[in-house]
Amino acid sequence: MSAQQPIRRKLDLKSGRVDLSHGAGGRAMGQLIEDIFHSAFDNDWLRAGNDQSAFEVGAGRMVMTTDGYVVSPLFFPGGDIGSLAVHGTINDIAMAGAKPLYLSASFIIEEGFALADLKRIADSMGRASRAAGVPVITGDTKVVERGKADGVFISTAGIGVTPPGIVLSSDAAKPGDVVLVSGTMGDHGVAVMSKRENLEFDVEILSDSAPLHELAAAIIAAGGAGVRVMRDPTRGGLAATLNELAHQSGVGFSLEEEAIPVRPEVAAACEFLGLDPLNVANEGKLVAIVAPDVADAVLAAMKADPLGARSAAIGKVVEDANRFVEMRTAFGGGRIVDWLAGEQLPRIC
Amino acid sequence: MKYVDEYRDGALAQTIAAAIRREADPAREYHFMEFCGGHTHAISRYGLEDLLPANVKMIHGPGCPVCVLPVARIDMAIACARRPEVTLCVYGDLMRVPGSGGMSLLKAKAEGADIRMVYSTLDALRIAEKQPEREVVFLAVGFETTTPPTALAIRAAGKKGLTNFSILCNHVLTPAAIQTILQSPDVRELGSVKIDGFIGPAHVSTVIGLQPYRFFAEEFEKPVVVAGFEPLDVAQAILMLVRQINEGRHEVENQYIRAVSEYGNEKAQAEVAEVFELRERFEWRGLGDVPYGALKLRAGYERFDAERRFDLAEKPAHDNPACECGAILRGVKKPRDCKLFGTLCTPDTPMGSCMVSPEGACSAHWTYGRFREAAKSALRAEVVALRPEEVA
Repeated sequence: MSAQQPIRRKLDLKSGRVDLSHGAGGRAMGQLIEDIFHSAFDNDWLRAGNDQSAFEVGAGRMVMTTDGYVVSPLFFPGGDIGSLAVHGTINDIAMAGAKPLYLSASFIIEEGFALADLKRIADSMGRASRAAGVPVITGDTKVVERGKADGVFISTAGIGVTPPGIVLSSDAAKPGDVVLVSGTMGDHGVAVMSKRENLEFDVEILSDSAPLHELAAAIIAAGGAGVRVMRDPTRGGLAATLNELAHQSGVGFSLEEEAIPVRPEVAAACEFLGLDPLNVANEGKLVAIVAPDVADAVLAAMKADPLGARSAAIGKVVEDANRFVEMRTAFGGGRIVDWLAGEQLPRIC
Repeated sequence: MKYVDEYRDGALAQTIAAAIRREADPAREYHFMEFCGGHTHAISRYGLEDLLPANVKMIHGPGCPVCVLPVARIDMAIACARRPEVTLCVYGDLMRVPGSGGMSLLKAKAEGADIRMVYSTLDALRIAEKQPEREVVFLAVGFETTTPPTALAIRAAGKKGLTNFSILCNHVLTPAAIQTILQSPDVRELGSVKIDGFIGPAHVSTVIGLQPYRFFAEEFEKPVVVAGFEPLDVAQAILMLVRQINEGRHEVENQYIRAVSEYGNEKAQAEVAEVFELRERFEWRGLGDVPYGALKLRAGYERFDAERRFDLAEKPAHDNPACECGAILRGVKKPRDCKLFGTLCTPDTPMGSCMVSPEGACSAHWTYGRFREAAKSALRAEVVALRPEEVA
C-alpha cells in the first residue's frame, strides 16, 4: 500500500501573502516557484528543475551584464518592476551590439508581500521576456523579514553574443561623429514620479520601458563599423550618458536643444518639478554615436523601427580638452549640460 | 508648453537683444543686479548673457532662500531632527546644505534622524495627521512667496486641533534685504559693487506687489523693473532698465504685468499678517543681521514654534573661512573669484550654500556657465595643491 499523498493546496493568489516559509527551501518555496515563477516563464530549462541551466554557445564574443531593480512604486504607468527588469538587462546587452540570448532572475521578497502582486509581476516579466524572445532560464528566490526590503527587489543577469566584427566601445567617439537619440527624453522618470506619493498629475505619462535589441540590431545593420557606441540613457538621463561618453572618449559634445525630442507633458511636469528632462531617466531609448558618413542611413533605419519613430540627430562630437557637453539653447544662448549633482529622485529603476 | 514656450522664443530674444545692443551706450557700463535666484537660473540656463553686449553686466543677488540660510540655522535644524521624537519635513534642496563640521541634513538622515523630503507644507501637515505619536516639524524657508502656504498650514493645523505640528521658521523678507545691500559699505562707500538698477522678484512681487519697492527706488535713486522668471521676461527687463538709465529715471516698472499688481495679493498678505510678525534680527548668510528682515510666529501661535517647543537655541557658527558665499551673495565677488569654486567645492561636494541650490550663483555658474572660463582661471592651478584640511 502506497503512502498517503498530502493534498496539495493551491496558493491563495487572491489574499495570500508571502511568508518566511516561502524562502525556507521547503515545500512552500517549491510551490511558490512552481506556481508563480515557472508558470510565468515556462520553458524547457526551468522545467528541467536544475539549479542552473546549460546551453550551447555560438561563435562570437560573449556579452554579460547584471542589474538590480528596486523601483518604487512597483507598478507605474507603462510598466512595472518585472517588465523593467527584463527590458533593462536586455538593453544593457543590446547596447554592446550583441544579440541577447538568456536571462536569469533573482527575487528578494519582503515578508507580507501580496502573492497577487508577485504573480502580476512575474507574469509581466514572462510576457516581456517572451515578447523579446529572451527566456529566463534560471533564477533564485529569497524571502526577508518585514521591513528588511520594500516589497520586492529583482536582480536580472543577461548573456548575449556579438556578431563577428562588431566592437562598440565607450571610448570610440570621435570629433565629427553625429549624436542620434531614438525618441523622446525623460518619459520613464516622469512616469514613475507621477505615481509617487504626494505628486498627482492629471495627465497620464507612460514609461517608455521597452526592449531595444531589435532597434540596436537595425542600427548595426545600417551603420556597420560606422557605429561607434550605443548607450541607453537610464539613470541621470541623456546628460549623464553624454558626460560619461565625453570622459571615456576624451571629447566634447555640442548639442542643439531644439533638436532634442521631449514630450510636451514631460516638459511641463519637469517645469513644474524644477527638473531638466535631460537629467531624467529613460528605459526604452538609446543614444547612438555614429560616423558622419553613416548618420543619415542609421537615422533612417532608426525611424523605420516602431521604437525609434521619433529618432533625431541632436548634435555632434567635438574636440574639447575640458570634455564638456555644451548645448545651444532654443533661446539662442549657450550652456553646459552637466551631470546631475546628488539624487534627483531615488529608486526609479 | 502653452504660456511657457512663448516666453522662451529664440527669435523674439534676438529682437530684444538687438534693441539692448542698439540702445546701450557704448561709453558706459550698466550693472544690474537680479535679486532672485529664479532670475539667476533663467539667465544661466538659457545662456542669456551670451545675448548681451559686453558693457551690460549682471550681478547675481542673494535671492535664493537656500543660499541665505546661515550655518547656525542649518545646525539648529539638524539639532531639531536629531531629537528622537521629531520627524523633520524639509524641501529636498536643503538636504545637502553644509552645516558646521561638515554635517548636513542628508548626513543626519543617514545617521538615523527621521528626516522626510516633502514638496509642500501640506505634505508635512498630512504626515502630522497620520502619525499623531510623532512631533512633526516643518522646516519653513523662503521669501514672501512661500510664507502664505506656511501661514495656511498653521491655521489648518489649528483648526484640525493638531497638537504635534510645528514649524522651524526661517521665512525672510525681500525688500529688507535689498535695502541692506544698498546701504552696505560695498555699495555706498567702497564702490566695490556697482549697482545701477535691479531686476525685481517675480513670484515674491505677485504677493507683495510693486509698492514696497517704491521707497528705495526713490531713496537710493535706483530703477527697479519687476520681471517674470522666463528668459524673455529677463531680457525685456534688462532693456527697460537700460532705457531708464539712459533717460535718467529711477522708477519702479512692471514687466511682469501678467501676474503682478500695485498692491499684490492682499488676501495672502492678510493670512501672513495673522500668523507672523517681524523678527527684530535675523542673520542672512552674506548680509549679516538684516533688521526686520525675517518673520516669526505671532503671539497666540507660539505652540507652532519649534524653536520654543524644543528649546532650540541658535549657536554661533561660521562658514568655511575660504568660502566666498557671503561676498558672492552681496554681489562683491563672482563664483570664479572663490578659490574653492570648481576645485574643492562642486555641486557633488558643496562647501557653501551657493553651490547647493540650483538657484545659487555658484551652482548656476558651475552647471551652465563655467565652460566660458574653465581653462582660464589662474586660481585653479593655485588651489589644486590645497588639501581639504587646509581650508576646512
